[in-house]
Amino acid sequence: MLRTIGVERVEQLFEDVPPDTRYPSLELPPALTELEASRHLAQLADQNVSVTDWPCFIGGGAYNHYSPSAVGHIMGQPQFYTAYTPYQPEVSQGTLQASFEFQSLVCELLGMGVANDSVYDGASAVGEAVLMAQRLTRRERVVLAGSVHPHWREVVQTYVAAREVDIATSRVSIEEDGLREQRVLELVDDNTAAVVVQQPDVFGHVRDLNGLADAVHERGALLIVAVAEATSLGVLKSPGDWGADVATAEGQSLGLPLQFGGPWAGLMACKPEYVRQLPGRISGQTADHEGRRGFVLTLQAREQHIRREKATSNICTSQTLLAIGITAYLSLMGPTGLREVARQSHAKATYAAERIGALPGFAVLTPRPFYNEFLVRTPVPTFELRHRLVERHILAGVPFLSGVEGFERTLLVAFTEQNTSSEIDGLVDALAEASRWPH
Amino acid sequence: MPAGGSNPADRRYTTEHEWIKPEGEHYVVGITAFAQDQLGDIVYVELPKVGDQVEAGRAFGVIESVKTASDLYAPVSGEVVAVNSELVDQPQSVNEDPYDAGWMIKIRPADSTELEKLLTSEQYSEQTGE
Repeated sequence: MLRTIGVERVEQLFEDVPPDTRYPSLELPPALTELEASRHLAQLADQNVSVTDWPCFIGGGAYNHYSPSAVGHIMGQPQFYTAYTPYQPEVSQGTLQASFEFQSLVCELLGMGVANDSVYDGASAVGEAVLMAQRLTRRERVVLAGSVHPHWREVVQTYVAAREVDIATSRVSIEEDGLREQRVLELVDDNTAAVVVQQPDVFGHVRDLNGLADAVHERGALLIVAVAEATSLGVLKSPGDWGADVATAEGQSLGLPLQFGGPWAGLMACKPEYVRQLPGRISGQTADHEGRRGFVLTLQAREQHIRREKATSNICTSQTLLAIGITAYLSLMGPTGLREVARQSHAKATYAAERIGALPGFAVLTPRPFYNEFLVRTPVPTFELRHRLVERHILAGVPFLSGVEGFERTLLVAFTEQNTSSEIDGLVDALAEASRWPH
Repeated sequence: MPAGGSNPADRRYTTEHEWIKPEGEHYVVGITAFAQDQLGDIVYVELPKVGDQVEAGRAFGVIESVKTASDLYAPVSGEVVAVNSELVDQPQSVNEDPYDAGWMIKIRPADSTELEKLLTSEQYSEQTGE
């Protein structure tokens, strides 16, 4: 092979790499046997703390819901166990059918007419939705509610960074009586492509979106409603009910493990008239020449393998295996099961808010109604407080928006059906005790 | 076959396979019979909005067939004064009747001399080997 490409030695292929970094000394420890290595790795793994070891009240975009064991079992089926749709997709009728069912569930959940077969995660779904709105309206400016998850807002920034898009974010502040947010409509001008709101918002507040879609449409812009806690849709109105043009959600809550922040799957759906601008893969149901039901990938001319430079997106892919996991979860839970998960999560958060709000020095800052999480004002700096609760084997929550002025003493706490009342009482006692310590 | 093969002599053509035909003070634009035949079954046509400016040689829209997606290039510069909204539901008109019902946009030309620089039906037929 070297002769074919016209070089004598393999080393010649690396001559462009600067000499001092070409062959670095790695200074590795002595080699271990497989037995020794597996013991060493097990010792390292033992240092991790899992949400099954300690009570977990961490939310802020990832939620510790229960996933029935059948979900993992279905995802582990070798027939599904590939993250990618094959390049001759119609050969894999089972995968396409699962994708089609996933899309149907997403449409029902988000209250929209058409959905794709997922994108990377909830954050990139919002990024894609923004690009979609810019194409549809041929406008540039984007208005983000300041109560959209800060990481998601950063992802939107990244998506539009190369195009110097004007992004306006509504101001959020903490006042004596709780959180305050500037009205997003104040920021909408006649070059605005989209208004993005999160529901429930990052502080857990279930926002009243009545009239928002009409007001946004009057100004010629589109409304994007993003959901971080998808189980909330078991009890709340869907983005479609609120009049969203594009709806997105993080699918993690729906049966996917936390797994250190991903991989998860982003749900993305829109009004049917916008389907040509919806990025990603779409599975469709059709009939073969004998009239039997079959599944195909449809509307592929929007996609990057056919029209690279004019594709709706060159930075997305379907999270097929994870979407199959979500499909399994929603099928097992059904509308009744999902409603029960939502009802319990909300009830536990309500109980916790009453108790935490009654502690001296603490206050619930999130306005009501909230779903399953809320922002708490704490009497001590939050990083310190969290550390004290870790010492008591409690994962207390997210010290919120570190670096943002006014939020140094706020903690975001979340509750799911997995939190028992004794766990919640333990959290309340630990918060009370920790705040009495000298600091 | 009349001169110009199957391509009508009442209009001009581009090397990118668009036709352009004067109609009053406006020009009508579509794609040729050769182009639709090469593309195959057309499933979608993405057109500009009335009032948009188009520039000669630059893309004004996209046409999708079952096998590919291609840019549509403006033969002359000007303002879009009409788009064929029938194509939203009837994209197959481009296959069935490319020179009439399958028209795409009407342009108010910025410079009426641009038209003469384009191919005649004979020149275009020669290019496509018909």
